[in-house]
Amino acid sequence: MEPILKLNNIGFKYEDKEVLKNIDLAVNAGEILGILGPNGSGKSTLLRVMDGILKPGAGEIFINGKSYRSFRRSHLAREVAMVAQEQHFRFSFSCIEVVLMGRFPHLRRMQFEDHNDLKIAMEALKATHALEFAERSIHDLSGGEKQRVLIARALAQEPRVILLDEPTSFLDLKFKREVFRLIESLSKEKGLGVAIVSHDIDLVAQYCSRIILLKDGTVYRTGDPDSVINAENIEDVYECPVLVDRNPLSGRPRVSVR
Amino acid sequence: MNDEYKIKNILTPGKVISITLMMCALLLLVVVLSLVIGTADVSLKQVVGIITGAVSHEDPVRLIIFKIRLPRIMLAGLVGFALSLGGVTFQAILRNPLADPFILGVSSGSAFGAVLAITFGLSFSIGVPVMSFIGALLTIYLVMSLGARKMGMESSTVLLTGVIVNAFFTAIIMFFISTSADDRLHTMLFWLYGDLSQSRYTQLVIVAPFILLAAIVIYSFSKDLNIITTGDEIASQLGVDVDRTKKIGLLTVSLIMGLVVAFSGLIGFVGLIVPHLARMAFRSDHRLLIPVASIGGAVFLIAADTLARTLISPSELPVGVITAFLGAPFFLILLRKRGSQWSRS
Repeated sequence: MEPILKLNNIGFKYEDKEVLKNIDLAVNAGEILGILGPNGSGKSTLLRVMDGILKPGAGEIFINGKSYRSFRRSHLAREVAMVAQEQHFRFSFSCIEVVLMGRFPHLRRMQFEDHNDLKIAMEALKATHALEFAERSIHDLSGGEKQRVLIARALAQEPRVILLDEPTSFLDLKFKREVFRLIESLSKEKGLGVAIVSHDIDLVAQYCSRIILLKDGTVYRTGDPDSVINAENIEDVYECPVLVDRNPLSGRPRVSVR
Repeated sequence: MNDEYKIKNILTPGKVISITLMMCALLLLVVVLSLVIGTADVSLKQVVGIITGAVSHEDPVRLIIFKIRLPRIMLAGLVGFALSLGGVTFQAILRNPLADPFILGVSSGSAFGAVLAITFGLSFSIGVPVMSFIGALLTIYLVMSLGARKMGMESSTVLLTGVIVNAFFTAIIMFFISTSADDRLHTMLFWLYGDLSQSRYTQLVIVAPFILLAAIVIYSFSKDLNIITTGDEIASQLGVDVDRTKKIGLLTVSLIMGLVVAFSGLIGFVGLIVPHLARMAFRSDHRLLIPVASIGGAVFLIAADTLARTLISPSELPVGVITAFLGAPFFLILLRKRGSQWSRS
């Protein structure tokens, strides 16, 4: 099967510093790809390149077989959506207003959202179990609730791929689980391709079908959780002694710091 | 449409139009009241008579209304409209409800341009506004390039830079004023604190089209501004051309600030209070916020100027004194009430 999102030999330089080099990766429909790596390994940069916000210095990216270069930004926003780590809303918007912002790439300059847009937005809120917040101010939500609304906004873009940049790093255990389970069900039910950057190795190992481990801007290992998450790889990449055993519930690898 | 998806608080063109018309009605009411109130006694009946043409052309009241009060009210309306529009735009672009042309130093920068033009004897109809516009543009460029280069536009550095630039230009203006001839001192000082009494129809004809055009330009970016307030990166992600939108917004606002300052001096706080009240009443969607805040700005400044010319009648106060007198406590209450989260109206 042809992957939805495909990166061919991507390189990215920030001024003179080479942040990413020779990255090849693919995201398939209905799959969650976990992107792991220590601080400064280029995870977030990679996600921004995948999003089209940063233009790679080398290589090419394809969405559904078409090169990013053939897209205008607003058209690309109909293919790829991003959920950021944390978003501060300086002004008060209701949740439905926030989700309707996801319709922006589908609308003309002065065009107001119509019933169809509203329907898409409400269905997105329903899919993320956030329908009850629809008319509440985004300021009145807890971290986990807010993240669900932001995932709903990404869904309202009707993309093929959703990218998430550490979506759970400010959330407590309950909301972390909630967000990962939500992403899992969305990718399966809607056939979305998902790529998620995270520091939480255990959650990524538990929920992702494939993992890319980055080190110094290159792909160190890639494969299923069992082949990537072992003590040798983790110790080498994170420079920290660890014990890797199995999560007794999921059977997936689990990392403990020694 | 499915019942499940019935949401009351969704913005439609019909809602924008009806609320805008309500604001226009409020504006009309304030204009009529302001025509009636003043040092010379004019009754509501006389005003209505004059508007409907029932009063003879030689009537002295007609002279007061058409030659003195109306042009002044119209200037107040236009200036208030522009200041509030500028405030809304700056607040969105800088993602900071504290930003306004006055606080960011754009007003004093353009006042500096105007004072320079006056000192060199340039004409009030072209030279002063042009210099004032250049002053506004230079200031916004200065504030943005010094304050926003690496930190990002929303950072408080921009605001702080604005405050400092503001102080700097105010000092230069004071220098010019203290070295100017005594006979011009009162006029200059009065103008500096905001003076609408020099309004002429010829000025209004110049100012009005620019301000309306600016409003249309900024309004056409209202959805983009909505998304920009939620963050630059997410805005670019959604397909907003962030740089272009910001540049157009800042340039447009600088243009109308240049005009406004040239014709009315420094009037603070309008661009701060009115957008804030509008947000409290109608939330933050710029498709509604822009018309409500702009017309609200007109209403506010007409009312403030009516106070300015009647409070110590037959003498007058600069209208900037009234807006600051009302604005400063409002600002402090706001800061205190909201603390670090005061933007969460």
